[in-house]
Amino acid sequence: MDHAAGMPVDPRVFEAMKPYSMESYGNPSSSHSFGASAKNALMESREKVARLIGAEKPKEVIFTSGGTESNNLAIKGVAYRNKDKGNHIIATAIEHISVINICKHLQKQGFEITYIPVDKQGMVDPEKLKDAITDKTILISVMYANGEIGTIQRIKEIGKIARENQIYFHVDAVAAAGKVPINVEEENIDLLSISSNDMYGPKGMGALYIKKGTRIQPVIQGGGQESGLRSGTENTPGIVGMGQAAEIAQEEMETEGRRLSQLRDKLTKGVLDTIERSYLNGHPTKRLPNNANLRFSYIEGESLILGLDMLGIQVSSGSACTSKTLEPSHVLLAIGLAHEEAHGSLVFTMGKQNSEEDVNYVLEVLPGVVKRLRAMSPLTPKEMLR
Amino acid sequence: MYSEKVMDHFMNPRNVGEIPEADGVGTVGNPVCGDLMTVYIKVKDNRLEDVKFKTFGCGAAIATSSMTTELAKGKTIEEALRITRGDVADSLGGLPPIKMHCSNLAADALHSAIKDYLKKKEAKK
Repeated sequence: MDHAAGMPVDPRVFEAMKPYSMESYGNPSSSHSFGASAKNALMESREKVARLIGAEKPKEVIFTSGGTESNNLAIKGVAYRNKDKGNHIIATAIEHISVINICKHLQKQGFEITYIPVDKQGMVDPEKLKDAITDKTILISVMYANGEIGTIQRIKEIGKIARENQIYFHVDAVAAAGKVPINVEEENIDLLSISSNDMYGPKGMGALYIKKGTRIQPVIQGGGQESGLRSGTENTPGIVGMGQAAEIAQEEMETEGRRLSQLRDKLTKGVLDTIERSYLNGHPTKRLPNNANLRFSYIEGESLILGLDMLGIQVSSGSACTSKTLEPSHVLLAIGLAHEEAHGSLVFTMGKQNSEEDVNYVLEVLPGVVKRLRAMSPLTPKEMLR
Repeated sequence: MYSEKVMDHFMNPRNVGEIPEADGVGTVGNPVCGDLMTVYIKVKDNRLEDVKFKTFGCGAAIATSSMTTELAKGKTIEEALRITRGDVADSLGGLPPIKMHCSNLAADALHSAIKDYLKKKEAKK
């Protein structure tokens, strides 16, 4: 139940990709017929991705190597190209680490970054964001949904503020695309990052939607592929796979979304009802259909992960002990959790491979794992152990 | 990531619990950092007759606590004071480098419990 960390490629996606490695291996930039077939495949994929996110023109979709590159192109590309207009960027405190590190990089180069705090449920207050705008603000970057706590932002409203103030609006939709409906036109979005692997497509593939007319410059220079914004020979099999994944995600979004949110709610309710001092992190309703982030007092996340792993359940945690930095998740700290609370969080991200049976199994064994660790913990109040 | 021995001590920790009338108690770590452990000792004729622990922390923190109590039990005070973090890690077949510092505190908790015992003993004189 750790789909946020990696998803299997849908077999239908894999089938669609196959011919583009072995048979139709042409370079889309070539003029001969081999190249033409690859070029057509690229166009179709672009259309499919554009449809998934409600883009008017397929040409507004630029293929990249993944969500991280899309975020780099969007933020650096807009910042560098528009620095004549200002040097101020607004982001939220719970952005993905790629966005945060890009902002830190820009900060060293003289850009100013304002991080908007979020409330206890992980929601950004559009009014607070509005107040942070200055005459130097050139970009606002807000994630569509947070992959860790699941909270979905009021993107349309924030987009409206950005547009009224003539500021570019970038949305990191890596965790949301393919899971919830997105419409860049209706939601006033200028740039939108998505990743292929987060919707059962191949790894190493992503896309950036760039609204026509957006002033942006490339971060990768070369032969001028992808309208000059992302040079390098196109990864045709990857692009075809991503297109196929986008098409399937769009077709199945409603039914799969309903199924997953039922599993999510069953898991959440089951845990909160049976395990005392357990809590849901993130927003109770405005959250990704597949995400349940649960917190348990007095115990630490990595030992929970290990205990569950021994029983065949794979999950992840916001605990420092599972990170490379030994710091708990910045997202959990941003929603106001104390360090020791953040350590005791578990993230369940469900997907196509999960069934109600899996949820029942978690509900059957998790209370025992929690109980065992609590019995060992010096923090557990004595009355709870009786 | 963890050795089989670490997983064994994590899944089946030895000597978990408290000693109600312990001769020495030592606590190290901080819940803010994600690791907190308390070691209890019972001393008879200069030997650690019983050693127990309670730990909040990751798999390595629990396994090192368990191993420390196992290494210490039955030892003389002097021998127990010589048990190092390195001994604990070695007895567990090694720890991931990142866990050597943050989660390998149990030997310190043991030493702290012994010092508590020696201090109390001194006070009684």
